[in-house]
Amino acid sequence: MIGTGISVNSITARRRHPLARVAVVALALGLLGGGYALAAPNGSTADAAIASGKADDVAQGKSLFVAHCASCHGLNAEGTSKAPTLVGVGAAAVDFQVSSGRMPAADAGPQAPRKPRAEWVTDDAVRDLAAYVQSLGGGPTVPSAEQVDAAKGDPAKGGELFRANCIQCHNFVGAGGALTYGKYAPPLNPATPTQIYEAMVTGPQAMPVFNDSTITPEQKRDMIAYITHVRSQVDPGGSGLGRIGPVTEGLVGWIVGLSLLILASIWITAKKRRAQA
Amino acid sequence: MTEHNENPESRVPTRVIGTPPTDGPIVDNDPIHVPADVPGVVPQDPVKVRKAERLVAFLFLITFLAGVAFIASYVIFQVGTIDKTAASNYALGGSLAVALLSLAVGITVWVRQIMPKYNLVQERHSMASDEDTREYVKETFLQGADESGFVKHRLLRRTLLLAAAPLGLAPLFLLKDLGPLPGTSLRHTVWGEPTKNGKPRRLVVEGTGQPIRAADFNSPGGILSVVPQGYEEDLDALAKATLILLKFRPEELKSGTNLNWTHDGIVAYSKICTHVGCPAALYEQTTHHILCPCHQSTFDAADGAKVVFGPAARPLPQLPIGIDEEGYLVAKSDFKVPVGPSFWERGDAEAQVRENA
Amino acid sequence: MDAPPKAIVGPSTFVDDRLGAGTFLKRNLRKIFPDHWSFLLGEIALYSFVILLLTGTFLTFWFKPSMGEVTYTGTYAPLYGVKMSEAYQSALHISFDVRGGLLIRQIHHWAALLFVGGMMAHALRIFFTGAYRKPREINWLIGIILLTLALLEGLTGYSLPDDLLSGAGLRITEGVMLSIPVIGTYLAFFLFGGEYPGHDVISRFYTIHILLIPGILLALITAHMIIMWVQKHTQMAGKGRTEHNVVGAPFYPAFMAKSGAFFLFTFAVIALLGTFAQINPIWLFGPYNPANISAASQPDWYMGFLEGALRIMPSWEINLFDHTIPLSVLIPALVPLGLVMTGMALYPFIEQWVTGDRSEHHIAERPRNNPHRTAIGISAITFYGILWLLGANDVISANFKIDLYTTTWIGRFAIFIGPAIAYFIAYRMCIGLQRKDAEVLSHGVESGVIKRMPNGQYIEVHTPAAEDIAEHIRGKQEIPVLTGAPDGEGIPPKSARTALGRLRTRMSEAYGTDRVPLGNGHAHDEEHEEEHAAVGAGDRKQLH
Repeated sequence: MIGTGISVNSITARRRHPLARVAVVALALGLLGGGYALAAPNGSTADAAIASGKADDVAQGKSLFVAHCASCHGLNAEGTSKAPTLVGVGAAAVDFQVSSGRMPAADAGPQAPRKPRAEWVTDDAVRDLAAYVQSLGGGPTVPSAEQVDAAKGDPAKGGELFRANCIQCHNFVGAGGALTYGKYAPPLNPATPTQIYEAMVTGPQAMPVFNDSTITPEQKRDMIAYITHVRSQVDPGGSGLGRIGPVTEGLVGWIVGLSLLILASIWITAKKRRAQA
Repeated sequence: MTEHNENPESRVPTRVIGTPPTDGPIVDNDPIHVPADVPGVVPQDPVKVRKAERLVAFLFLITFLAGVAFIASYVIFQVGTIDKTAASNYALGGSLAVALLSLAVGITVWVRQIMPKYNLVQERHSMASDEDTREYVKETFLQGADESGFVKHRLLRRTLLLAAAPLGLAPLFLLKDLGPLPGTSLRHTVWGEPTKNGKPRRLVVEGTGQPIRAADFNSPGGILSVVPQGYEEDLDALAKATLILLKFRPEELKSGTNLNWTHDGIVAYSKICTHVGCPAALYEQTTHHILCPCHQSTFDAADGAKVVFGPAARPLPQLPIGIDEEGYLVAKSDFKVPVGPSFWERGDAEAQVRENA
Repeated sequence: MDAPPKAIVGPSTFVDDRLGAGTFLKRNLRKIFPDHWSFLLGEIALYSFVILLLTGTFLTFWFKPSMGEVTYTGTYAPLYGVKMSEAYQSALHISFDVRGGLLIRQIHHWAALLFVGGMMAHALRIFFTGAYRKPREINWLIGIILLTLALLEGLTGYSLPDDLLSGAGLRITEGVMLSIPVIGTYLAFFLFGGEYPGHDVISRFYTIHILLIPGILLALITAHMIIMWVQKHTQMAGKGRTEHNVVGAPFYPAFMAKSGAFFLFTFAVIALLGTFAQINPIWLFGPYNPANISAASQPDWYMGFLEGALRIMPSWEINLFDHTIPLSVLIPALVPLGLVMTGMALYPFIEQWVTGDRSEHHIAERPRNNPHRTAIGISAITFYGILWLLGANDVISANFKIDLYTTTWIGRFAIFIGPAIAYFIAYRMCIGLQRKDAEVLSHGVESGVIKRMPNGQYIEVHTPAAEDIAEHIRGKQEIPVLTGAPDGEGIPPKSARTALGRLRTRMSEAYGTDRVPLGNGHAHDEEHEEEHAAVGAGDRKQLH
């Protein structure tokens, strides 16, 4: 079930790319006149069914942690000046950050971007790391496959919650948006249902927390159902123009619409140079 | 060089209204047929014309076929699901666009390659009427004014003006019932309205209507969009009373926040931006910034939602909250200052609150 | 054809017997229209308007302008069971459950974007060619009213579906109304029938959108066309073209066919956009709720400059005697729009005052030949463009990874510096182009033929410019200049004695003085030959 969900999502992500690129190219043409290519990272394929807590997983996770994370987060995840403590953040936070490629962070920017995972970051490695961090002091755990099964959610109910809580940052279809000082709300298109759930319960980076007692797991599943439904849905009116609203529409109106009409008017009124003295 | 296609835009009446038209031509030199050798009208090369004719006919044929396809698409492609709507839109729009485009191209080719090339000349005339006409109009005007008696009879003139005045104002009065007068309604929200059971009004989650137990809203960095219980679907009420509820670690709160109006690190601010009223709700839990997506006013939520950037001039008003006996979050009173955008009658309500404190 | 067919003769005779239409046709069938691509820009707006009327009528057959609450049970699954207004529900119904409904909705919206775009492009063409000059000031003013009404028509139109995005626009409209001193709250309460959002605004906007404004637009467009027809179109300078004639193709059959073809092109391009580019997907926005908003909530493009002005404004607000003047709303909402519209409206009259020119003009000026006017226009475009760009600063920030506040700060400075730089550059470019023109007349154009001189030097042979080009260049008109010079007895003319008069004279000199007078254009004497040679010597390296 989850497997199919993921493949649908990665297809979705890929199909979305040309549209996003069209919009970005239109923007670039109109705004900067330069070429600009959005480096769209590939959707990861995190296994949602990460169990946490087995003893050898913890040991395995600890060694991975020491090798890849301890330089910033400290040998015992107690935190350093560079990075916060991970005691109590829970397996969900680890799974979200590592499976989406955000951690280990490449360099200090306003915000760690989603990126392709390093080679050592296998699904097993993520599970082991999550188990290790979970063992340090509890925290939100990775949701079960059932909890993030979009098919079991009610997209219409989820849509109402999505509009109340998410779209102010992530935009009406999860295309992302700008925040202050170079930070941004990332697009939700590449995120797996598990990652969406984990983001809500852990509040990664600038994102606020939506804990399970105020927005219940069922309500979160409804929201996941809405997000995945809408992002995989066709745009019945043609190209979605990046689905970011009137900005790309205005650019297309001028760059495509008016330009074509001006070309037509030039053709209609053009005079062939007659040979004249 | 060219034919002078005389064409005066005559502003002098060519005949008195009511009389039969004169037989003679009013405008001369207007040829009915354009002979092939008229200067300024250059016929096309007949060989090219024949070629163009075939092309234009082909284009018109495409328009015909596309038009048929449009009608067929209407019958074949039904709507009802989003995929069907998409297919129908492509089929209808595509055939329509092709039909119009090939017709447009066809006619353009026709004009450019089959019709002769024109270089005709027409005279322009000064827009102003000649002196005689102006004089005549002036005389007529004066004569009419005299004849009507408007000049002579002063009483007539004045009573007419008097008669017109109230009639002119009447439509403005009719518009009065477009809406009630504002009164002080912009200063209050439903948080101050008494509830049915007389208890303080609860805060409920927008979208689910669930009341919020303070103990449940316990994750620092948490945010909720909150509406007043009993008004979950009253848009007029929500337009002023919607809140954002934030959970802080106690040490994060700064002096701008009124701690008496918080409960256990939970703070409620108006969600309605003080600039022009968009819901200001982009919350960064790391910086405690609340950003309004419309015009990017930024408020520091940890410090009484004071403005740190952007066009808003005032902090987001804070709502005094507490808990009821069951532990649910409630409003202790209405906002102390008007929420939302500034208006003429508002005044510096914040200063007044400070004075009274 | 020797005689018109019976099918035409019959009805024509019928009409002529009763209306005397023959006289009108006799005068107008062969009315001459000059040809230039830029003369068709206004037609984009005209034909978009026709398409708007047609598609708009179609939409009214299903649209319900009601804010009454209903529960959605239509075919769009992700909104099933959601409470919404009847207006939004009916807009969804048109989109998903009426065959061709989505297409017509999208065509209507795209046509609206091109309507305003065509108007602006047309207005700019008029401005830069000085086609607003006497006797066309009235039509220029009508045009400005049309543009203002079109903005209002757009605003009322995109508010109708009552979706979350349009609601954000309405909310901002309300905030702006509230900011107006003294009467603001009353205006807002009268428009919304009480407190925002109320239950009246959609039906009121509907009446305004489908009846009031289109009616006025239709009347004014008709007047615009009649005046154009009566005054005859301006023409570009060229061979045989004077201030007293108009050269081109007759209305019947050539211009009629061209116009018809252009209508079809306009419709086709809009239909293409409506088919392949999704616009205003209201189903994705969700129903309006004043508690919610999406990131990157933008107005349609023509309102973007107001949005940008609101965004770059610092947080100024005046509180005096218990009253509030929210400058951070009032200034951006009124000043840029006021500056642009008032400036446009007054320009013909200010120019007349500065140049003292009261004569009729029917030859369209080339923008380069009136450098100050062109520079002012480019400066205004830059002003508008920067505000427009800033209206999308969050989208720019998100897509180009530029810090949000940085874009705001850039905008705050650019809005003052940008127009000044643009003025300077445009002015220099005009002068440069004028020099090029003068050179073409005096030296001819490069022929592409390289000649070897007896002394071993290579030059490119210049040939006189083609006659039509030369005539086009020679069509340059002098801009009249008021003279402020004292007469023989040392007394300056009356008009130049006051401070205002002296300013006027100095402005007139600056505005009208021809920095690059055209040569006589015939000379091909020794001197020129040497200049060619000098140029040729410089280019020699590239030739080898």
